[in-house]
Amino acid sequence: MPDSAIPLLEASGLVKHYGSVLALDGASFTAYPGEVVALIGDNGAGKSTLVKILSGAGRPDKGQILVEGKPINMTSPLDARGYGIETVYQDLALAPDLDAAANLHLGRELYWFRPLHILNKPAMRKRAVEAFADLGVNLKDVTAPVITLSGGQRQSVAVARAVAYASKIIFMDEPTAALGVVQRKRVLENIRRVRDRGIAVVLISHNMPEVLSVADRVEVLRLGRRVARFQASEATVEQLVGAMTGALTTEDAEEAGETTK
Amino acid sequence: MSTSSDVDRLIEGPAATAGRGRLLARRSLAAGETWVFGAFIILVVVFTALSPGKFLTSTTFNLTAQTTAPFLVMAIGETFVILTAGIDLSVGFALVLAGVVADKFYVSNGGPNAGVGTIWLGALLGLAAGAAFGGLQGVAVAKLKIPPLIATLMGLGVAEGLSYLITGGADLPSVPNKLVSSLGQGSFAGVPWVIIISFLATLIFGLILAFTRFGRYTYAIGSNPEAAERVGVNVDRHLIKVYALAGLLSGLAGIMNLAYYSSTTISDHPLDNLTVITAVVIGGASLFGGRGTMLGTFIGVFIPELLAAGLNIKGVNQYWQYIVTGLVLGAAVYLDQVRRRLRERG
Repeated sequence: MPDSAIPLLEASGLVKHYGSVLALDGASFTAYPGEVVALIGDNGAGKSTLVKILSGAGRPDKGQILVEGKPINMTSPLDARGYGIETVYQDLALAPDLDAAANLHLGRELYWFRPLHILNKPAMRKRAVEAFADLGVNLKDVTAPVITLSGGQRQSVAVARAVAYASKIIFMDEPTAALGVVQRKRVLENIRRVRDRGIAVVLISHNMPEVLSVADRVEVLRLGRRVARFQASEATVEQLVGAMTGALTTEDAEEAGETTK
Repeated sequence: MSTSSDVDRLIEGPAATAGRGRLLARRSLAAGETWVFGAFIILVVVFTALSPGKFLTSTTFNLTAQTTAPFLVMAIGETFVILTAGIDLSVGFALVLAGVVADKFYVSNGGPNAGVGTIWLGALLGLAAGAAFGGLQGVAVAKLKIPPLIATLMGLGVAEGLSYLITGGADLPSVPNKLVSSLGQGSFAGVPWVIIISFLATLIFGLILAFTRFGRYTYAIGSNPEAAERVGVNVDRHLIKVYALAGLLSGLAGIMNLAYYSSTTISDHPLDNLTVITAVVIGGASLFGGRGTMLGTFIGVFIPELLAAGLNIKGVNQYWQYIVTGLVLGAAVYLDQVRRRLRERG
């Protein structure tokens, strides 16, 4: 992705303490429109904390977040939604007893008679069918409880929900971790489809070959800081692992404000 | 598109080619009401066959529906609570509290000769007491994070203590005559008022559960509270509303009970919670939350009552009823497990 373009999302100097633990130590992150950017790092590198902050679920102690060049202040996931940022959580955050249409609209119901909050179920079903078709997902029955769907289909429901509302960025936290080979392929297809709609997809993953196959760019986090950035087409698994473990450092580490240990 | 449907076929395997009819059959087997409605029909058929001309009469129906009315009203609230994966043990005690609050007001405002305005005001006070009591239990559950079982066990004790403190230990006299003759014993077009009110409440709250945002959030919270929270549902506030609703409906049951029996019946309700929870569970609601319907609860309330009425007509010792009800509860929970297995795909 061209570095000259204005980043969709740019975070810099993020610091986050949990008690005495320093989870983020001046971390930075950048995402451009219409790209898949992978965020990788070893356990404890601060990935989850960073994603929490960028998706509005947590607040940084210090640092700045810009959306399309403008500084923003988020206090809840709802604020993030307002900026067109959606998150597909690792556990998918679906209500298993509700059907796909209900899950897609949970918290954003359509009403037949708004003053009494009477739901417009046909309209929600219709929109759900459209959303799945848009994503190229073939879900036979949007009125089946999500619990009756396969793991891959559930994942599709969560992705479709994020896609239906995200105008700018989708965070996907380990989307393939719990899936089999075939479902995994389906998810990676989903990710590419979303990117092709001009939305930035931030993929958090442990799986290096997968990262290199689907991502356009890779950002590496280590000990709470961004330590390297790669174009996926030019990077190798060895380089990524080197950056994650500290064998290879390309940026930030020496200039960061706070010191570790 | 073609690749994605290939993927689908791979994921779904032979299930994708199974007929729509089989899917429908499977779905209705997995639905709670199908089982409970079947049980209901079998009961009616069996007892009608055993006692021809005695069981299936309008008198049996009216009597059963009248004595069941307060239970049905409490079961409506209990359904909402159980759908959130909670439980409300305080229902029979909130009923007594509401009745006592209303009657205390009547005692000092004309007693048996209280006017219509006084009667309405007392009834509203009872309802308000029930709702406030339920709301406080909701605060204990939602804000203090006390497990519902304990929060409502606590509430049960408080409600019982308050009822005895207000009445001084004995049932209050002087239920207004007009209340007894209208709501209690009166009827409209041949149907007793208590039946009309309990059925109407079931219908209204059944519609709310099935067709409004309130109902949808209730299911969502019982199904996955974190997911609900993350999409912006105010889970705590909703839980407080649900427990307040259960209290309000117990209050309504309390006023109906006061009118029907013309007494506060303080000591008659220690097992109402068991009856009500059994009814909701028989009706197909899952104790794990997220699953159940008002129609199921409606039928579920009547199954133990039908059993009782049928056994009674057959002259079977009435204490068998408790044993049979207990066994039916066990069967209902077992069926819930079976349904769970049917729904989760292998």
